Amino acid sequence: MANIVQVLVDAIALGSLYALVALAIGLVFGVMRLVNFAQADYITIGAYALVVPTVSVTPPLLLGALPSALMIGGVLVVVMALALLTERVAFRPLRNSNPSTLLISSFAVSYFLQNLVMLIHTGRPKSVGIGQGLANAVEIGGVRVPGVQLLTMVVTAGLLVALVLFLKKTPLGIQMRAAAENFQMARLLGMPANRVIALAFAISGLLGGAVSLLLTIQTGTLDLRMGLMPVVYAFFATVIGGMGSLPGAALGGFLVGVASVLLQTYLPADLRPFRDAGVFMMVILILLVRPQGLIVTSAAKERV
Amino acid sequence: MKSDTMSFATIGRFWFPVLALVIPLAIIVVVTGQFGGLSIQRTVIEMLISIVIVVGLYVFVGNSGIISFGHATFMAIAAYASAWQTCCEMLKPITMSGLPPFLRDQSIPLLPSAVVSVLLAGGAAFLTGLVIMRLTGLAASISTLAVLFILNVVYSNWDSVTMGSASIVGLPTYVTAWLALGCAVFAIVIAYLYQVSAFGLAIRATREDEVAAAASGISLYWSRLIAFTLSGFMVGLGGVLQAHYLGTVSINSFFLSFTFLALAMLIVGGMGSLAGAVVGVVVITAMVDIFRRLEGGISIGGEQWSLPAGTQELIIAAFMLLILVFRKDGIMAGREMTLPGQEQREKGLING
Repeated sequence: MANIVQVLVDAIALGSLYALVALAIGLVFGVMRLVNFAQADYITIGAYALVVPTVSVTPPLLLGALPSALMIGGVLVVVMALALLTERVAFRPLRNSNPSTLLISSFAVSYFLQNLVMLIHTGRPKSVGIGQGLANAVEIGGVRVPGVQLLTMVVTAGLLVALVLFLKKTPLGIQMRAAAENFQMARLLGMPANRVIALAFAISGLLGGAVSLLLTIQTGTLDLRMGLMPVVYAFFATVIGGMGSLPGAALGGFLVGVASVLLQTYLPADLRPFRDAGVFMMVILILLVRPQGLIVTSAAKERV
Repeated sequence: MKSDTMSFATIGRFWFPVLALVIPLAIIVVVTGQFGGLSIQRTVIEMLISIVIVVGLYVFVGNSGIISFGHATFMAIAAYASAWQTCCEMLKPITMSGLPPFLRDQSIPLLPSAVVSVLLAGGAAFLTGLVIMRLTGLAASISTLAVLFILNVVYSNWDSVTMGSASIVGLPTYVTAWLALGCAVFAIVIAYLYQVSAFGLAIRATREDEVAAAASGISLYWSRLIAFTLSGFMVGLGGVLQAHYLGTVSINSFFLSFTFLALAMLIVGGMGSLAGAVVGVVVITAMVDIFRRLEGGISIGGEQWSLPAGTQELIIAAFMLLILVFRKDGIMAGREMTLPGQEQREKGLING
């Protein structure tokens, strides 16, 4: 019994992490039809901001050396600034392009950022120890939950709730949902486009920064590709959730995260390395049944 | 029946967009073959192989307007299939023990093996397309990314057959400049014939306006599936060529970096036309080559001077972004090579 609970805890922890990334992708997609590959590099760069750029595999700490609160704030600020910068420099000039052009441009931005990190920090994986105190397991009702996972769940739950409140209750949040529903109409009704889009990027940066901290605490390593898998999972999450739907993105994120943990647990050992392929295959199968995704928004339909 | 001279002019005009691409390529091969150094000749062969790949990619992406991240998958399928059939007869039973006996214990002649590999790539593209072409634009693009990841995960971990993420070495290297040129010309001709065919015009109509095309009786699904399959065959050919040019196959060379470079070539040249695909390859290959040399170090006035490794990637990415911002239809902006005075008519016919 405890074992199943353990698996569920794992599944929910990973699912909520992916839901966060998927929401970041979904928010930006909602306001400007951009599927942002560079989200992966926001996460990566947030983590690399913890250390001083050197060739060493155990680099001295930069932001990571600060007290927790400052470190967290620092990383979030760095990633939000980066997200806003990419919006300003690369995506704003392309705002009226079609979604394919935007997709390609974000692929280029991502490639640029990834190689920039490589140039500055070299391509070798590095180890970094932050939040070691969280390695200890906490026992809750007979189930040993590693502190990191508990933290992940608490943080993601907190961020999800905050995000939902923001989107439902504040004027800017409502404008953002309106923009996701129908950008043109929202604009005609007085939504400030630049501000809402910039805000969407800032939030995607905030979520990216949170994810990069959580990932770094979990794995203790920095890697050029560390943001890639969560973001790819999040892409598929937004597709199966229904492109343009925020609840869909969160739901999709949970689904792929849970599926990933379940496959990891219940696949025979020699098939386990193929876990990701299994999840992605499921994505394609879901799409076969529901090509529009699980939650279809009016924005997903082609208007004539 | 029209007179012979008439039809000759018509044929000339019909084939001009192809000839205008093929003849300069042939000249490059001849000139570098005569006067160029070894490294230039290698760059030219790589460029010609890239043309096969990018023109193959163009057949789907350019004509349908749907970005595909999945085409490296079909290249990898063809390259590995060819490696299984032709590589290292002595080592295969040990390094790739999971292969079925008819592959493990013998080698298959080069030409049939290449044909089988290309067919396999096309078949894989057809099967993938059956599923993915049901989706609309962006969802389809992202699903092609899923395909790329699925293949990467499977081939990286299927150790007994693919040697995991290690490279398979020792493939026969039979690709010469002339063979590569032949294949590039073949790819260009196929892509051209396809895009002026009824199928090609139909899918180009869906690119311009899905709703109007569907209303005119064009099946989005079938027109895209045909293009996807054909382009799968073509990039498969590119995969076989690359494998037998380098002599090694490694799954990580068919992943995101490669996908990025191939798409960059297509976008920079302009994905709206065949000429764009070819010009893009030439431009990006030249840029990559120049910056690779600068990274390797050159001496200026006796001073050794070099760019840090990785500059080349940054510059290609930045260049692609600049193209997207300032000339979003690429260098060729959707035009084919045309004779003077021909452009207006062709524009109506080919470019919508």
